[in-house]
Amino acid sequence: MIEISHLSKQFGALKAVDDLSLSLVAGEILGFLGPNGAGKSTTMKMLTGFVAPTSGSINIHGHDIGSEQLAAQKLIGYLPEGAPCYDEMTPASFLGFIAEIRGFSGAEKVQRVADVVEKMSLQRVLGQRIETLSKGYKRRVGLAQAIIHDPKVLILDEPTDGLDPNQKQQVRELIRGLSKDKIVIISTHILEEVAAVCSRVVIISEGRLVVDCTPEQLASRSKFDGAVSIRFTAATALENIVSGIAELASVASVEQTESSLTVFPEDKAKLFVALSQFLSQHELVPESIFQERGRLDEVFRQVTVEDSELENLS
Amino acid sequence: MSHLGIIVKRELASYFVTHLAYVFILIFLVLSGVFTFYMGNFFERGQADLMPFFNFHPWLYLFLVPAISMRLWSEERKSGSIELLMTLPIRKFDAVVGKFLAAWFFTGLALVLTFPLWITVNYLGSPDNGAIFAGYIGSWLMAGGFLAIGSCISALSKSQVIAFILTGLICLLFVLAGFPLVLNLFEDWVPLLVLDGLASLSFLTHFNAISKGVLSLQDLFYFLSLIVAWLAATMIVIEIKQAN
Repeated sequence: MIEISHLSKQFGALKAVDDLSLSLVAGEILGFLGPNGAGKSTTMKMLTGFVAPTSGSINIHGHDIGSEQLAAQKLIGYLPEGAPCYDEMTPASFLGFIAEIRGFSGAEKVQRVADVVEKMSLQRVLGQRIETLSKGYKRRVGLAQAIIHDPKVLILDEPTDGLDPNQKQQVRELIRGLSKDKIVIISTHILEEVAAVCSRVVIISEGRLVVDCTPEQLASRSKFDGAVSIRFTAATALENIVSGIAELASVASVEQTESSLTVFPEDKAKLFVALSQFLSQHELVPESIFQERGRLDEVFRQVTVEDSELENLS
Repeated sequence: MSHLGIIVKRELASYFVTHLAYVFILIFLVLSGVFTFYMGNFFERGQADLMPFFNFHPWLYLFLVPAISMRLWSEERKSGSIELLMTLPIRKFDAVVGKFLAAWFFTGLALVLTFPLWITVNYLGSPDNGAIFAGYIGSWLMAGGFLAIGSCISALSKSQVIAFILTGLICLLFVLAGFPLVLNLFEDWVPLLVLDGLASLSFLTHFNAISKGVLSLQDLFYFLSLIVAWLAATMIVIEIKQAN
């Protein structure tokens, strides 16, 4: 269990994190979102004991990060932003070093290193210097050191940044495959990632928490949630159709672009059936008709950009 | 193994994989040979001791030791690996002292590798080997002092170049502390007591005493307390930098 209460961090005049409170229980995979400079990395640095908070406290499974730093750090696996490693070392010697620091020796150390090498498919580069590795491999070495002690709390700062789509998939599967007694915190600005792996989303903007919900709830804030798009052949006259659909009971509005329509529902009503009925009644055959899903990027913009723009106006 | 031991081992190994070790040792051996035989007139003096060898060590260390110490923390900060190191469950003490010890052992190794000089002087005559041993200890302690200063300066800056230059400068002040050049700077505006204190901080005074074969507790204490003080400062610098 992680308890963050009234956490703030001030860098000179800049308030990087502003009164952030959050509590996490085992099994949660938290997607930590926010525009660049919103305070994500700073929060993670405070969670791991690298940066001391200006005020507020962090408790990790009963250990306060300020007063019992080592006990808390033992429970944490951390991938810092950019996955820094000792570049002159090889993955084999680097992981061996981390395993020793984490308290493993002898056969157990060998086993631990072998396990993460297998999990992150590092066999091919084990004897190569880390500085000569590709970005993807480097990131995987960073991930390997973070999970070597099977930590209860895993904190990953942009774990898939710079990876190709296959590698991203691999990392997401790894995170999903972690046992259910862990707390995982992932910062990212890739929104599909959140929908793909996270059970909870927190968005911060200018250091403040602006959203805390599930990915589904976040998606449902999008105006596209529940909307239906219909595409007609170019020859179809759309005017009558638009006005006809707009009169349907549960329709809030209709947007037209060239030969397709997007129909937005009133109060999250189910539109699909009503629209199919409408189309067949009027003997209209659309090219395609599909149910839209909530667009996370739209919601993200809504909660982060508008926030700061409003402030600029006032 | 303790955390301290693990860190010393990792740091030492990294000197050798980066070739820094070989370059440093080679340059150290060549220069100490040049200084001893050409500039120190080793043969012409006709004395069976290693004074010409040890006499040049403060000046040799002045630019060789900052070259080692500059990377202690600057590199960690630049590459970001400091974030990894400091979020591992280790005490700051282990990190600071471990890095310092690795560098210190390394300079010790370079010193040990000058043993052919010792063999030469024993072949040519019958020197006071006790005095030579004391000279080696004194030189190693002085290297430790330089390194501890360098460790603190390196923790202050991301740039290795700045760390190198500043360390060299501060070490120079410490070497010359007993000389009029430095004392004249302070003469007019500090009390005599402080001036004496400054003079007694000089590396040269203490090192010369040891290299003559007199391993007094006072000089030992001087170098060890210097090391402890600068390492404590390193820890404070890292603590402060981390909070900001």
